[in-house]
Amino acid sequence: MASAAPAASKRAFQARALFGAANLPDIIFRTIVFLFGALTLLVLIAIIVASMVKESSQSIGVFGLSFLHTTVWDPVKEQFGALTFMYGTIVTSILGLLIATPISLGVAIFAVELAPPWLGNSISIVVELLAAIPSVLLGLWGIFVMVPFLQRVVEPAFIERFPDLPLFEGPPYGVGLLAGGLILAIMVIPTIVAISRDVMVTVPVAQREAMLALGATNWESTTWAVLPYARSGLLGAIVLGLGRALGETMAVTMVIGNQPQISASLFHPAYTMASVIANEFTEATFDLYLSALTEVGLLLFGVTIIMNMLARLLVWSTARASQQLGGA
Amino acid sequence: MDITLTTLQAVAVEEREETVTRVSKGLVVEKLGAYYGNFLAVADVDMTIRPNKVTAIIGPSGCGKSTFIRCLNRLHEVVRDARVVGKVMLDDEDLYDPRMDPVAVRRSIGMVFQRPNPFPTMSIYDNVASGLRLNGVRNRGLIAEKVELSLRQAALWDEVKDKLKKPALALSGGQQQRLCIARTIAVDPSVVLMDEPCSALDPISTLKIEDLIAELKQELTIVIVTHNMQQAARVSDYTAFFLGNEKVGAGELIEYGPTRAIFTNPADPRTENYITGRFG
Ligand SMILES: Nc1ncnc2c1ncn2[C@@H]1O[C@H](COP(=O)(O)OP(=O)(O)O)[C@@H](O)[C@H]1O
Ligand SMILES: [Mg+2]
Repeated sequence: MASAAPAASKRAFQARALFGAANLPDIIFRTIVFLFGALTLLVLIAIIVASMVKESSQSIGVFGLSFLHTTVWDPVKEQFGALTFMYGTIVTSILGLLIATPISLGVAIFAVELAPPWLGNSISIVVELLAAIPSVLLGLWGIFVMVPFLQRVVEPAFIERFPDLPLFEGPPYGVGLLAGGLILAIMVIPTIVAISRDVMVTVPVAQREAMLALGATNWESTTWAVLPYARSGLLGAIVLGLGRALGETMAVTMVIGNQPQISASLFHPAYTMASVIANEFTEATFDLYLSALTEVGLLLFGVTIIMNMLARLLVWSTARASQQLGGA
Repeated sequence: MDITLTTLQAVAVEEREETVTRVSKGLVVEKLGAYYGNFLAVADVDMTIRPNKVTAIIGPSGCGKSTFIRCLNRLHEVVRDARVVGKVMLDDEDLYDPRMDPVAVRRSIGMVFQRPNPFPTMSIYDNVASGLRLNGVRNRGLIAEKVELSLRQAALWDEVKDKLKKPALALSGGQQQRLCIARTIAVDPSVVLMDEPCSALDPISTLKIEDLIAELKQELTIVIVTHNMQQAARVSDYTAFFLGNEKVGAGELIEYGPTRAIFTNPADPRTENYITGRFG
């Protein structure tokens, strides 16, 4: 068995060399793999999208484009607009990324470039453990520890220091956009750290050494050679983090306050797309309500897919660029 | 040309308050050994590298040539668990003195690597300027002059003067390597180490770089590793032959002397065997 496989593949290799192109078993094998792999996934996605479109067709028909730019979400009056949820999702996600990105890059740089190997590896393991915490537990921690702390300490301090800034307008609720953003930051840090670590490890030693040989310190070789070389991959890591933040439901739902409103203040309660679906799905007592919720889901799906595709593209282009350079 | 250089030097002195004009210096290596963890890669090398000369390091692959020259600019120690024993003097400075900053050593001893390694996200101009900027030169005019001078000395100016803002990767392999040489000499090192700088290049690019080396030794001390015996014979004034020890594997300096003597009348039979292609 162990020796049969290499022999078979060697024969296949010889056959390919002989006939130039792929032979019949090869074609069959490839087709099967393609059917079962790629096609199944595509079909699955198509089915999901199709059924979501079908479910939301009533809402799409009634509200049309105004669904995207109205802020009313009133089941009693049967008026539905998704803007508040889009706002909540986007603001918390961006806030989460703004907080998570510098921390994650700092951790990754420290782990890869500066720390001794044992320390770098332990840090990576600890950060990856963070990703294993169930989202609902993180939400509970948010409710019982983080939100009271924000309400009593952080938010009052900001409100006092910047009395005229709408961004930090009171009163301090604790729950709200800031709490949602912080929870998201904690949740995306492991993603960004893990991917940016992988990207930085692939930067050729010759690039670091070229900088060092010009008289750079370790830190300078990181900021002048490694980070620029890895920049599109790092961007990919951040966009993947964004993808994760956009779709995150449970923990955010627990700390964001669940009020469909648009406010400039980070301290005010808000609502996200994922949260409204999770909260209201079981209460959706009539068809239009259910249909509107599904349309929110469809929007969320669209945004997330686009973000993920962008991220893959960026990571792929870095990988290709470093291949062209020949590594080493 | 001379005038430019002198004014440039004057500005450089003003700007950095220290005389960092190109001053060629010699190296004295004493009882040098280099380890990777517990593996001794280079053992017990004594060698005097003369200023304004080209010294070639030859020997079979794996005998520690790269490891040896990386000890000369303290780049060996950036490899994990690598360490150096022995002594290297740059004129009267002890490079491995505990008070010596390895970063300062690398500023005065530049290095050109085996594969061209320009910075891919930078333009041609910025590649050459990178070392100056890294060392805190802010004066744009000075940087521009220095970039031009370095590119001229690297025999690349005419080919790139109209596309300085283009990415460095737009250049051919041979041009990239000359760009790396320009980048290295732009910071006025007193010694330049080259690790098989032509091994990834075509014959014409190789010749250009060999001509360049002959020019540069007017101002610099050059140590060049090469696996190409003709190249060593063509470009170098002195040649050192390294060979891995048969029992422990550590690279040793077998013979060192004027290139002509090494190639016409080697003292050690192992040198002769290697030069005549009988092994390695
Ligand atoms: N990073 C490294 N870690 C461990 N051993 C190494 C490393 N680099 C080189 N060596 C070993 O050191 C010896 C000398 O290598 P090197 O200096 O690259 O030789 P050369 O340049 O003459 O071909 C070889 O046995 C090689 O396997
Ligand atoms: Mg080598």
